[in-house]
Amino acid sequence: MDMRAAGPSGSPVTRGRIVIDDVVKVYDPEGAAVMAVDHCSLDIEAGEICMIVGPSGCGKTTLLNAIAGFHDITSGRILLDDEVLCSAERPKAEPGPDRIVVFQNGALFPWKTNLDNVIFGPVMQGKLDRKQAIDKGRAMMADAGLSSVEHSYPGEVSSGMRRRVEIVRALMNDPRVLLLDEPYRALDSLTKSVMHEALLEIYYKNKVTIFFITHDLEEAIFLGHKVAIMTTRPCKPKKVLAVDIPHPRDYSVLTSKRFRELIEETNDAVHEEALKAFQAGEKEG
Amino acid sequence: MAKKLGKMVASSLFWRGVASIIVFLVLWEIGSRSKEWMAPEMFAPLKSLLGALGFKKDYLPWIGTVPAPSGVLKAWVEVIGSAGYWQSAYMSFFRVMSGFFAAMLVGIPFGLALAVSRTANGIFFPTFEVLRPIPPLAWVPASIIFWPTQELSITFVTFLGAFYTIVINVLGGARSIDVRYFQAAQSMGSSSWDIFRRIILPGTLPSIVVGSAVGMGITWEVVVAAEMISGGGSQAAGTGGGLGFFIWNSYVGGSYEQIVVGMISIGVAGYFSSELLRWLGKYVTPWLRVR
Repeated sequence: MDMRAAGPSGSPVTRGRIVIDDVVKVYDPEGAAVMAVDHCSLDIEAGEICMIVGPSGCGKTTLLNAIAGFHDITSGRILLDDEVLCSAERPKAEPGPDRIVVFQNGALFPWKTNLDNVIFGPVMQGKLDRKQAIDKGRAMMADAGLSSVEHSYPGEVSSGMRRRVEIVRALMNDPRVLLLDEPYRALDSLTKSVMHEALLEIYYKNKVTIFFITHDLEEAIFLGHKVAIMTTRPCKPKKVLAVDIPHPRDYSVLTSKRFRELIEETNDAVHEEALKAFQAGEKEG
Repeated sequence: MAKKLGKMVASSLFWRGVASIIVFLVLWEIGSRSKEWMAPEMFAPLKSLLGALGFKKDYLPWIGTVPAPSGVLKAWVEVIGSAGYWQSAYMSFFRVMSGFFAAMLVGIPFGLALAVSRTANGIFFPTFEVLRPIPPLAWVPASIIFWPTQELSITFVTFLGAFYTIVINVLGGARSIDVRYFQAAQSMGSSSWDIFRRIILPGTLPSIVVGSAVGMGITWEVVVAAEMISGGGSQAAGTGGGLGFFIWNSYVGGSYEQIVVGMISIGVAGYFSSELLRWLGKYVTPWLRVR
């Protein structure tokens, strides 16, 4: 039934639990003092797909950057498996291979072939020598249906392919958490639907916690165990929804009754925040 | 290779290029021979019109004084066997290459240092920015004074021509590398040295290629002018002073055809140096070839 509790071989996923505890982020506290994140608390279970939904510019990415260690926080703390990543005393987490970001527009190195991109992490960390890394990388790319583009450069393949390569590159580091920042935003809706199924397939094979930012409610409910709908700036959870549609899921879910009910249940909350964000934008403009 | 050449010859673009060069040469020939064909009586109205406009009456303005392509070709055939011409071409080429490679050797690390280190930037950038607007040719007298040989002073001026362009391109290129690449590399456990070697260097490479191509063009401009001003180096006049001196010497000696021979030689040499760089550039940035 609940796939989140079970790893690839049926064993429970024991790592990758994130606790966001009363996190506040104020940009430029001395000057403009823009509050991006306001006393935000959220628990993400190990091996869970947690979808963060909110209008553009609401501060979701700030939260993701805090977990990744790219930005600092003002107060509160973030824990990964009971280990403090960042807190008021140490506001900026150390970036590391246990938390890998898949960026909005992709960050594959254009000067490396797809395979060289994929093996970058393990080789950098000295976990594998180049030959071992190539073997593992080729196996994982084959698993994700990417064997044909191993020796192409990222610029030579479609954006959907690039995203898949990037997810494989992230998984090569054996991370506890995958941080996805609207990775499918730039894709057309047909490619997007294929990417969703591909992501789930990869997820079922390599259980990791997924922290997935999006502004697309359907995407969120289709993929997530949990959907956190965020308020517009400053950002904090407005409503947290447990999606009780069992995994593994495929595209038939989209037309199921339960899926539609969940959309209806949450649509108002999302719409309300979008409207607020829009009006705030109007005022600023 | 042969296939590629065959394809090129078959394309309309190629023939359009050939046709345009031929038309250009024919018009030039006709224009420079205007003194001959304008002699008959029937061109009297044209002559008086030219006179009324304030030009010389006997030939078409400007173009009528330029040596004809046929004459240039003849002059070329005459000098092409002479050691002096080749010596000149070789000297200029040698100066361009030494100046250019010195500029790469100094400019690339310097540009990278300015981009990577705030300290280096703080110390060197202001001085660099004050020196940069000084045209390389303004350095000719000074460099003749402080370099021991004529050869070194010309090479130094050539070096300056490429140096600023290369540094500015490297600096701009390194600065504009997307911050996500750094973040990704950092997440995946790269050390600062790894980031420099695997992100900054390859990320700057396209700008290095562009900077070199522009710099190469400037070195040819500079070397010719420097040779004219400095008298072409230590060699005996007319032989081996570089193409710039070859042109100047032809002018002084009244051999106008040879001036054009020198000019076209520079054009051809510049074209081949740029082509060589483009080829090298494609070779070192294979990921850009696919776009």
